[in-house]
Amino acid sequence: MLAWTIYISFLGAAVLMLLPAGHPRPARWTALLAALAGLACAAAGVADCRHHAGFGAFTDAVNAPWIAELGIRFHLAADGISLVLVLLTGLAAVAGVLFSWNVENRTREFFAFYLALIGGVYGVFLSVDLFLLFVFYEMAIIPKYFLIAVWGSTRREYGAMKLAIYSFVGSAMVLVGLMAAYVMAGGRTFDLVELARHANSFPPAFQNWAFIVVFVGFAILAGLWPFHTWAPTGHVAAPTAASMLLAGVVMKLGAYGALRVAMTLFPVGLHTWQNTIAVLAVVGIVYGALVALVQQDFKYVIGYSSVSHMGFVLLGLMTLTQIGLSGAVLQMFSHGIIAGLLFAVVGRMVYDRTHTRDLGKLQAMNLSQVLPFAAMTFVVGGAASMGLPGFSGFIAELQVLVGAWQSFPALAILAAVGILAGIAYTLRAMVKAFYAEGAVEARDLPRLQPITVPERAGALLLLGATLLVGLWPQLLLGMITPALNSPLMQPLWKAGPP
Amino acid sequence: MNLHLECLTALTPEIIVVGTALLVLLADLAVAREKPLAQRIKLTGVLSCLGCFLAMAWLALAPCSAHAAMLAVSPVTQWLKEWLLLLTVFAAVLSWNARFTRHAGEYFALLLLAAAGLMLLVSSDNLLLIFLALELLSISLYALAAFDKSSLASSEAALKYLLFGGVSAAFTLFGISLLYGMAGDLQLGVIAARLRAQAVEPMFYAALVMTLVGFAFKLAAAPFHLWAPDVYEGAPTPVASLIASGSKVASFFVLARILLTAFPGARGMVSLGDYLPGWAPVVAVLAAVSMVVGNVAAIVQTNVKRLLAYSAIAHAGYALLALLADRRHALSALLFYTITYAVTVLGAFAVVGVVEAGGRRASLADFSGLSRRAPVLSFCMLVFMLSLAGIPPLAGFFGKFYIFTAVMETAPKLSLLWLVILAVAASAVSLYYYLQVLKQIYAGQPAPSPAWTRPDVSAQVVIVLLAMMVIVLGCAPDLLLGKITELLKSHPF
Amino acid sequence: MMLSLLTFLPLAAGVVVALLNPARQKLGRNLAFAASLLALALAAGLGAAFDHARVGMQFIESFSWVPSLKIDYELGVDGLGLLMVLLSALVVPFALLASWKIEHNPKLYFSLVLFLESGLFGVFTAQNFIHWFLFWELSLIPAFFLIKIWGGPQRTSAACQFFIYTMVGSVAMLAAFLALYASNDPATRTFNFAQLAEAANGRHWLASHHVLATAIFFGVFLGLAVKVPLVPFHTWLPAAYTEAPTGTAMILTGAMSKMGVYGFLRILWPIFPVQMREWRTPMLVLAAATIVLPAAAAIAQKDLKRMVAYASINHLGYCLLGIFAAARLTDGSTVFANDQAAALNGVIVQMFNHGLTAAALFYFVGLIEQRGGSLRGLDDFGGLRRPAPVFCGLMGIALFASLGLPGLNGFPGEFLIFKGALHLASRTALLSIPGLLLTAVFLLAILQRVFSGPLPAKWSGWPDLTTGERLIALPVMALILALGLFPQLLTGVANPAVMRLLGIF
Repeated sequence: MLAWTIYISFLGAAVLMLLPAGHPRPARWTALLAALAGLACAAAGVADCRHHAGFGAFTDAVNAPWIAELGIRFHLAADGISLVLVLLTGLAAVAGVLFSWNVENRTREFFAFYLALIGGVYGVFLSVDLFLLFVFYEMAIIPKYFLIAVWGSTRREYGAMKLAIYSFVGSAMVLVGLMAAYVMAGGRTFDLVELARHANSFPPAFQNWAFIVVFVGFAILAGLWPFHTWAPTGHVAAPTAASMLLAGVVMKLGAYGALRVAMTLFPVGLHTWQNTIAVLAVVGIVYGALVALVQQDFKYVIGYSSVSHMGFVLLGLMTLTQIGLSGAVLQMFSHGIIAGLLFAVVGRMVYDRTHTRDLGKLQAMNLSQVLPFAAMTFVVGGAASMGLPGFSGFIAELQVLVGAWQSFPALAILAAVGILAGIAYTLRAMVKAFYAEGAVEARDLPRLQPITVPERAGALLLLGATLLVGLWPQLLLGMITPALNSPLMQPLWKAGPP
Repeated sequence: MNLHLECLTALTPEIIVVGTALLVLLADLAVAREKPLAQRIKLTGVLSCLGCFLAMAWLALAPCSAHAAMLAVSPVTQWLKEWLLLLTVFAAVLSWNARFTRHAGEYFALLLLAAAGLMLLVSSDNLLLIFLALELLSISLYALAAFDKSSLASSEAALKYLLFGGVSAAFTLFGISLLYGMAGDLQLGVIAARLRAQAVEPMFYAALVMTLVGFAFKLAAAPFHLWAPDVYEGAPTPVASLIASGSKVASFFVLARILLTAFPGARGMVSLGDYLPGWAPVVAVLAAVSMVVGNVAAIVQTNVKRLLAYSAIAHAGYALLALLADRRHALSALLFYTITYAVTVLGAFAVVGVVEAGGRRASLADFSGLSRRAPVLSFCMLVFMLSLAGIPPLAGFFGKFYIFTAVMETAPKLSLLWLVILAVAASAVSLYYYLQVLKQIYAGQPAPSPAWTRPDVSAQVVIVLLAMMVIVLGCAPDLLLGKITELLKSHPF
Repeated sequence: MMLSLLTFLPLAAGVVVALLNPARQKLGRNLAFAASLLALALAAGLGAAFDHARVGMQFIESFSWVPSLKIDYELGVDGLGLLMVLLSALVVPFALLASWKIEHNPKLYFSLVLFLESGLFGVFTAQNFIHWFLFWELSLIPAFFLIKIWGGPQRTSAACQFFIYTMVGSVAMLAAFLALYASNDPATRTFNFAQLAEAANGRHWLASHHVLATAIFFGVFLGLAVKVPLVPFHTWLPAAYTEAPTGTAMILTGAMSKMGVYGFLRILWPIFPVQMREWRTPMLVLAAATIVLPAAAAIAQKDLKRMVAYASINHLGYCLLGIFAAARLTDGSTVFANDQAAALNGVIVQMFNHGLTAAALFYFVGLIEQRGGSLRGLDDFGGLRRPAPVFCGLMGIALFASLGLPGLNGFPGEFLIFKGALHLASRTALLSIPGLLLTAVFLLAILQRVFSGPLPAKWSGWPDLTTGERLIALPVMALILALGLFPQLLTGVANPAVMRLLGIF
């Protein structure tokens, strides 16, 4: 069932290219159907896994021979962690389509690239053969490029190219490490579980460099400081749906790859680099937050906040405690939803109507009166982003902080400072953009198109998701915890604190 | 008697092709003189293709092996010839609607002679015959490059090609003669045996280097690549496509044959911390310089044909890496890579030809907005460009992946890691310029003039076929790889 | 179920009101008010069903929420919690009635107040930190918007300052509790207050990590101190209370400030006895400063609302004086037991009573502002006793109650606190007595300047309290009198809880 998430997305993309050009409506509905079908398959897959092996072990979806000469198989499977991220992708995909309902220019190509990207993302989360994972990972780069270069806004060509090159360089690094691991393990198989078993036999010197190369290769896409510079530019340049996906899902590809490939295959190397990366993660948290605090462009605020939140994910991964990693995975889900929501408000609800993202100009527009739904959505989304309890981010950040306290107490305190900065910049942006009460006279208020039904639907979907997980975190933790207890993850705990 | 019959049977495809060339010349002179140019070209073109198909049918239906009288025909070489003929057919089809020459018969005859040269090149393991075939190929290509008499660039290209080619042929010949002097024979196997028995002299290295230099020119490996950009840009597009595809495949195969059969002992080592003189360091340096020069120079190009030329230089670098791998993987990786590269670049040139047909040049700006005018062709160009960049699930990715993995596995493990890192880095950089082309196609606005004319059906069919091949070979590389492995296993050359 | 019902009723009602069509403002207002009355009824029912004699939590509800982190959904009330719940349930309808005439989007205003009420109930019934924190934070956003949208001229900076200060404190508290949670080994980790208190009493945890325990103590202390507020963390309050609309100011001072003091009793006292004793002296100094300095500052004010705001800080200083005075080791001897019991009982009584009187004071100041055409300076009025005698009378009662006049509800609390404190922490108590005098000075000054003296001509037509306003003020006034004359109504409920708290010491 899970494999159909990938197939439907690519099929959808192909169908879209066959539709006649110049008719947006069939294109939109096809895309929406494909996204919804993907989400349904993801949910069905979750139920399926619960029946079969539970969430601790990998449940196979497809396992067929592919390139026998090199020991590569077309092997798709999922455990609890993969499923959480697959659900995220499904939700983000549907929301993205809803928020792109107003794309008029070359609609079918837009959604074709969009669905191709989604298909690639599903593929990464579901692949257990590392060659296949890499194939999907690289496949996701190209649709991103086109979505930004063709339908983007500010400096779109530069932003798209920067993103593409950074991603490609990152994946090149991953490729080197991956091939090296394959060769060192005898050149027989690319299966994750098999290669992980060889992990003990990799010499420490090899692991030390292989780990950092693969980790950084993935972490570039995850926004690790100081390799994060593509993120703000890329997010700002991208059209709404693309920035939602970029911040919401694509950055998680990097974190997921770092966890599944770098950390699982090279535990000794992980131990060597643990402290360094943790420090970089915390720098990212604080730096991202402080820079967001001084931005004048609304979208840049959210872009830098993404860097800051991903810092939490990376910090959680580096704690090498069950609770820290659980927090990291939960934060991946939570931030994916919240970032999608915030970008939707900034891009679709505000920018598409006011044609400005400058906080100074927005101050004069009294948007809380003119666009109350957008204001309310941003308030709730901002509260979730701050980590207020009741929303998904709270439990995630709580777990990361507890894990961090066990491994690096000083860094945990710095991370908490980062939370404070996060509160400050969110508040500043919210007040400036929506509640500044510039124009008081009714006739001075800008006349803006009201919020449409697809926008409301998308906002409610995402808000509902973050509230549901915030009030009932066990929903996802029940999937994540068994996966962290699996034998695949055992070497990680040995590398962690006693 | 038997020997001659054996050789003739083994050479039947080449004979068919040469016969077709003569037939085409005759047909043009005798029958089609009065007809309008377009018809003449069509006629001669179709005839050439028929001849090639006949040769391919023979190759498929009547497999044979022969190892006599300078020939070394085995299932691998026969199979490779089928590919070379296919590439020639595609190049010929692309020429069906050529408007750059009045000499229809001569054009296709030369094309077929070049094809014959390609085929002979892969059939031999005797240095003299190799050189002869190389010359046959090269001279045909020099002439073909000059065929567009209305373009100054074409003549310049051909002249450069001739001059560079002549000098490199001299180098190759000198190297071959030195080898003959040392080993006393021209047969590769015999040379290997004789050299093993002797001590290695400095003269040997000179011979080796000279031969390599000659081939490096043919492959457009840096620093012997200076002819490539001008020739790729100036020559008529179908000719350039053949130069880029067929000539590369055959030349690489021959180089592999020479190095791996004749000089296995003189391989040398070039890993970090370990250096042993031999041909491997030379190949490694050639590969490294090609990758760097090709990719860096391509970044600043504004003409797509020149861009493809520099990309060809870079790709020659990647392919040269395959020679450094262990024997069992070297040839299969090389073959897979060159064949898929040839298919891809032929397709790319075909698209360029379509764009040029409307009276445009092939600069980046001329591709602007192509996606709106010809969505299918644009998608095919997307496939070709991304395959060249090495994006999965296209054939180019797997080709590179296989080569890199094979090189990394070379004993001792991970010894050539530095070279692989360089290659991967260069490949990463290459995405930039391929995306530049695609950006123009997808994000650019179509220029109002000159007006867009619908491309010919034959060209469209060729392009779509090639794109499909690239996708299929990327998603299921086993189709090609399995065949190669099977052929090599049963008949290691 | 009762407590959950009580907590979520205002939340649900708030959501319903917020989602109503913008045209139906009146319906929204009525619905919201009805919900708050229903909550009051529930709270009263709770009070009736409460067993006064029993020590310990009652109406306990416990469900497993996040098993992997051992966080449960736990509610319960003892005497202290019950009183706070009742206080909130009383202040909110009062505040809603005071805000009845809001013109700009009253539906939103009322729903935000309901969310705030839910947050209050949640905090006062929480039995573990995550539950506490969830509702603590839940109350922040509505308060922010209430100040930001309906406040006075400086509302944006006041609201932001309020939010940021409280958030800093909250994050400190969160970080401290997380450190506490993380420092224990996975088998014994918990967020539950009772379990943490037991562990503290057993003195096993963190006994060896003295520095860490102190750091954690200060983290929690910071969060609570900002809320109370304790000098020097009080600087957000005058701006926030002054800029807030009347109804919001009533709730802020009436109920929200009690969250801080409640936290001292519920969290700091049971879980950090060692640190409380260690740092008793500096804390007493701070408490004394909180009593004296704001009172002095109030005298210098010219804005009535600001004066009442400073008065608020001053009155809560008494609570902290009581708490810290009682935090004295007795070595098992019962010499000081009476004084401790007195002090803590006084604290709880003062919390309840101050909530009522402060809310009433803000209500009256709000009325002055309304009638005075947004003027509320001390010197803007005079002699209002003549045109509005009932107004003067009722406000006078509230002022005297705030002052601590015997017979009104301000007296028992202050009396009990000082009774205990003079024995337990005599120097600090003596230092605080000037605060009483200073309070008297400015409260009487208000009475004198506003109600006595010459009547300016423009105020000669000053309307007295309307019937509606009298009806609104009446219940609270009655309570002020009743609780002044019968304080045992409160101490009866509070005492078992106090005994339990003292059992720790």
